[in-house]
Amino acid sequence: MRLLLKSHLACKNFPLRVQERIIEGLLWLSAVITILITAAIIWVLLSESVSFFSEVSIIDFLTDKEWTPLFAQKHFGILPLVAGTLLTTAIAIAVALPIGLTIAVYLNEYAPGRFKQTVKPLLEILATIPTVVYGFFALTVVTPFLQKIIPTLAGFNALSAGIVMGIMIIPMISSLSEDAISAVPRSLREAAYGMGSTRLQTAFGVMVPAASSGIVVSVILAISRAVGETMIVAIAAGQQPRLTLDPTVPIETITTYIVQVSLGDVPHGSLEYRTIFAAGITLFIFTFALNNLSFWIKKKYQEKYD
Amino acid sequence: MSKKPYKLEARNLNAFYGGFHALKDINIAMEEKAVTAFIGPSGCGKSTFLRTLNRMNDYIDGFRVEGDILLDGRDIYGKDVRVDELRKEVGMVFQKPNPFPKTIFENVVYGLKIQGIKDKKVLTEAAERSLRQTALWEEVKDKMDKSALALSGGQQQRLCIARALAISPSVILMDEPTSALDPISTAKIEELIYELKNDYTIVIVTHNMQQAGRVSDQTAFFYMGELVEYAKTKTMFTSPKHERTQNYITGRFG
Ligand SMILES: Nc1ncnc2c1ncn2[C@@H]1O[C@H](COP(=O)(O)OP(=O)(O)O)[C@@H](O)[C@H]1O
Ligand SMILES: [Mg+2]
Repeated sequence: MRLLLKSHLACKNFPLRVQERIIEGLLWLSAVITILITAAIIWVLLSESVSFFSEVSIIDFLTDKEWTPLFAQKHFGILPLVAGTLLTTAIAIAVALPIGLTIAVYLNEYAPGRFKQTVKPLLEILATIPTVVYGFFALTVVTPFLQKIIPTLAGFNALSAGIVMGIMIIPMISSLSEDAISAVPRSLREAAYGMGSTRLQTAFGVMVPAASSGIVVSVILAISRAVGETMIVAIAAGQQPRLTLDPTVPIETITTYIVQVSLGDVPHGSLEYRTIFAAGITLFIFTFALNNLSFWIKKKYQEKYD
Repeated sequence: MSKKPYKLEARNLNAFYGGFHALKDINIAMEEKAVTAFIGPSGCGKSTFLRTLNRMNDYIDGFRVEGDILLDGRDIYGKDVRVDELRKEVGMVFQKPNPFPKTIFENVVYGLKIQGIKDKKVLTEAAERSLRQTALWEEVKDKMDKSALALSGGQQQRLCIARALAISPSVILMDEPTSALDPISTAKIEELIYELKNDYTIVIVTHNMQQAGRVSDQTAFFYMGELVEYAKTKTMFTSPKHERTQNYITGRFG
């Protein structure tokens, strides 16, 4: 406040109104720039994809079971990449949802107040670890460990990449779910306890269902995060597009493919080059749909208790 | 004096929120199958005391009680007492109706379900019985699978009472159960309380003197954490012993 006053004094020959106008203008400008950049990205994605699909039929793209644009025998079926993406995502959610939700319930229903205030930020640190570190952790720690249990596990596989991705998104689910559970009115918890519910019954019979829209939103955002995750899968899952749901073999996700081609020596403007835009728009459609879904759920169910 | 046995008794009860002494040496005995009203100015400890009767304050950090509360002669703060079992015996209705965001049916049978009762027939019968007891059956029988949140405030509160009755407690605690309701809904709840006392011991907190007068047999007047006066409601309202009580019930403060 004092700083603001000073700056007003410093330019007192400058009327307050004009200053406000300038700030307003700057804010407007940055909003417009953001929108323009987004629009530009979508435009590039679209126009490059359009020229891709003028050469490759969209039906082949959606139904062909092989993705080998860089080979002599070219196939442009996105399914193997979609399968790889969905497989690692499913594994990640299978790890993160039960653990994240358990943490959320524990923090909300059992942990003493002070403990909760320390643990929640600590957990959020998990989310700040660079994903490349997670990738190496998956490749050099988790995979060798899992190979002791599953001897047939390949050195690169969807399983450890998915598990580690799950660990990475635990805080996202636990934190957002915890917020959702905390937002349930205290009166509902009291109603449950007043009926003779145990803590466990209160938590899973009343609080979690009452917070379900928030929890679903957290899961959708986590899925969206997992679908877009690149580094962990690039390092630990291998780069072999394969239409399979077997988590023990190398696979490739949409994101990894884009990295692979971007870093490779594919000539700009070639059909091979344009595949990354086709893959990119597929990815974009996924995450866009997921984010909209979460937005819609939030809006539809939010004010249930007011 | 009445010959009914005592259902609930507090002996030398003190309660603290951290360092704050909220209830000071309360001694009171409440009769079985009667209505006891707690009155007193806001902040005097009525809710706190009510919530010690089913240990609802156990979850508040720093809350502590000293002394005894006896339910049928047994100390409810004793080591061998399970709070979830206690609350099946001592039900509670809150100030603001708080049905679960579930169907009407699921609300009424909630308490039975958490006890492991799954038999559809048993549940349906229990639901109907409790809803009839609260005179809600005719109003909701065709929409049992609709959300309870769609009911009016008064209906929600009667649903909450039905939910409490469904697990057959012997005591029902009510914390200003009509303060969020319109006069007609209030009248219905008061009528209901009058009927329920045939089978249940009821303790009700109210800030409404007329309500205390209409529904209760005994009235306890609290002031700043102390139990100032406890007597038959008629006696208390016609000839209070203490000046404070007199002032409060005649509306001179509060
Ligand atoms: N959770 C709490 N923590 C600290 N003090 C509380 C808490 N709840 C109530 N109190 C205090 O205890 C006193 C009695 O409160 P309460 O029993 O709610 O009064 P009443 O129901 O008679 O209005 C008040 O002074 C109130 O501020
Ligand atoms: Mg109160």
